[in-house]
Amino acid sequence: MEFLNSFILITNYIIIPGLTYGSQLALGALGITIVYTVLRFSNFAHGEFMSFGTMSTILLTWALIDSNIKFGTFPTAIIVLPFSIIFTIIYCLLVDKFVFKFYRQQKSKSVIALIVSIGVMFFTGGLIRFIIGPGDKNFMDGERFILKAKDFKMLTGLDEGLTIKSTQGVTIILTILLVIILFWFLNKTKTGKSMRAYSDNQELALLSGINPERIVLITWIITGTLACVAGTLYGLDKSYKPFTYLHLVLPIFAAAIVGGVGNPIGAIIGGFVISFSELLITFAYKKFFFYILPDNFLPDGLLQILSTDYKIAVSFIILVLVLLIKPTGIYKGKIIE
Amino acid sequence: MQDKQHIILLFLSMFILIAFVGFFQSWNLALNIFNLCIISSIMSLGINIQWGNAGIVNFGVMGFAALGGLANIIVSMPPTAKAWDAGAIYILIGIIIFILSIIFSILVWLKSRLSKKKKYIINFLLIILGYFLMRYIIDSPIKAIEAIEPAKTGYLGGLDLPVIISWPIGGLLAAMIAYVIGKISLGLRSDYLAIATLGISEIIIYILKNEDWLSRGVKNVNGLPRPVPYEIDLQSEPRVLELTKFFNIPVSEISSIIVKLSYSCIFLLILIGILLLLEIAQKSPWGRMMRAIRDNEVSANAMGKDIKTRHLQVFVIGSAIIGIAGAMLTTLDGQFTPVTYQPLRFTFLIWIMVIIGGSGNNFGSIIGGFLIWFFWVQSEPLGLWFISQITAYISDTNIIKSHLLENAAHIRLMFMGMILLITLRFAPKGLIPEVKR
Repeated sequence: MEFLNSFILITNYIIIPGLTYGSQLALGALGITIVYTVLRFSNFAHGEFMSFGTMSTILLTWALIDSNIKFGTFPTAIIVLPFSIIFTIIYCLLVDKFVFKFYRQQKSKSVIALIVSIGVMFFTGGLIRFIIGPGDKNFMDGERFILKAKDFKMLTGLDEGLTIKSTQGVTIILTILLVIILFWFLNKTKTGKSMRAYSDNQELALLSGINPERIVLITWIITGTLACVAGTLYGLDKSYKPFTYLHLVLPIFAAAIVGGVGNPIGAIIGGFVISFSELLITFAYKKFFFYILPDNFLPDGLLQILSTDYKIAVSFIILVLVLLIKPTGIYKGKIIE
Repeated sequence: MQDKQHIILLFLSMFILIAFVGFFQSWNLALNIFNLCIISSIMSLGINIQWGNAGIVNFGVMGFAALGGLANIIVSMPPTAKAWDAGAIYILIGIIIFILSIIFSILVWLKSRLSKKKKYIINFLLIILGYFLMRYIIDSPIKAIEAIEPAKTGYLGGLDLPVIISWPIGGLLAAMIAYVIGKISLGLRSDYLAIATLGISEIIIYILKNEDWLSRGVKNVNGLPRPVPYEIDLQSEPRVLELTKFFNIPVSEISSIIVKLSYSCIFLLILIGILLLLEIAQKSPWGRMMRAIRDNEVSANAMGKDIKTRHLQVFVIGSAIIGIAGAMLTTLDGQFTPVTYQPLRFTFLIWIMVIIGGSGNNFGSIIGGFLIWFFWVQSEPLGLWFISQITAYISDTNIIKSHLLENAAHIRLMFMGMILLITLRFAPKGLIPEVKR
């Protein structure tokens, strides 16, 4: 019984939040990875693209709620997601047409493109704050919980409760779906294969008759989709504030690099590595040991490795460590000069 | 000769812009903008020597500026006497033990002939051991120190020295940290280096925000001493009162103008000093070598130049300059607030200044610093004016109009992004391009 309690405690505070946050990071990191491998630059504007997607979702959600269209217990935000994805893709394509395309044709260094992406980040950030304002926005409606702590305790008779928020469930299911579709696309379809060929060797791909404009178009479609879904899920789970998305870029980069930049599987693994280490390092283990150890062995203090204030800093520490010890990441990524 | 005229013209128009603010808004605001412009220019000089001369991408401006701010506390605040009784010395011992464990593990990594797997395990264990030993030693003294009058002190305090000393100390502190960061991360490619420095600067800010015993964290340190007189003292000076009669403006305003003017003089001197040193460095063989390394690392290496050491050198120098500017900024504010350190304002804005001014040209960085800071401050009223002009024909009760007016301030982010994108596209060399030597 004691053991079961401690297991539920860990599930409730580490495994489920870790899976949720990890999925959000993984989706973000996938977007960065795809831009990095195909278009060959680190896209600092990705966080703002996510924010843009979330903003479109919020505006559409409000429009639906205002006109009294509801979908029972299902969150409205998920219903409008396809439309906000389209908006995000259109925005990405516009940005590419007016900004990134020029530097691609010039064959600029990747650092220049990185600085350009900072300009895009500023512009998009300003645009978003201008449209929706800098404040906190909550756009979650419908049923909040899949499983409530009280029901779980009633059901099992354990001391520890287990809660699963519906946002957590939605996040994990949507991520699995999206990742399956993405990998099927990259590995099985002809377009996906030509995309990978283009990212491996541009000249050779051009010689084999692959149309680069089409590859770029598809890259931005995928990036826009991933950014919009990742942003919306993060906003649903926490809450939407334009400011936080700027800070989200770094953990996402951390996830992409830890897994090995340029490797989609690495990006997913990296997302979970970052999320779980954040939780594991800042979790207070006192209650866990309370169940496991006999009473007189219990040490004082919260038994925390680092205080919760450092939660996000953990991802930066891991990022720096990985860059120092193994810059290619867990799965050997691609290095673009 | 054409170039000199161009530079003088740009600086003249910049001063006219600031004078406009003085005439139409207030001289206080104009001087405030001018002082912050100088500090921004010094920061962009620091980035310029790294990016413009050596091609190193340093996105850690925020961290180094904050370290300069920390120097203010360490140097100029009065020490908390009780803190030393409460065991402040144990904190030092604990940190030294942790650093020793890291140094020891580096030695193991470099010197021992064990297999790689064993080295990983030993290093991991060593650092974990060092960390927990440190926590065991420092946890209770930290609690004791933070409990001493938490509303007023609750931290170690400083050395009670004149605040001006904190500027070089801030530079030194930033240089020391930059040495460590550079030593471990300069081998990375440019985008990795950018992300790594950005991450490290965030870690520095997190430490300053949360280690209350060092910097009071989010409770801020207020009332830092000043190198210039206080307004209150000036207001009773007879000479100041004479000036009041002469200019016919209230005494409160003239006293704060005098304070700001004296800051401007000190800052201007420092700016000119740093500029001179950098110009000499750029013209010297050392500067030539840096540019050679930037333009072609492989051939510079073949000519026998030690690229790693040179990069480290320039990284440390540039970061020290940023540290000095950060210390000056905190002194000007009179308080140290870790929460205000945002990458947008401190890192990316400085980068925009360098790119727009013209990377590789010191005068360019200065004009970039002036121009961008000026518009960063002034684009808020400009944006408001712009929006109210556009929406002049919409009735005041309209929701869209009130929403637009409410969010007009955020136009400045868009504006900055636009300036950067347009410059990179149509004038990638900036306002004052690098001199071809």
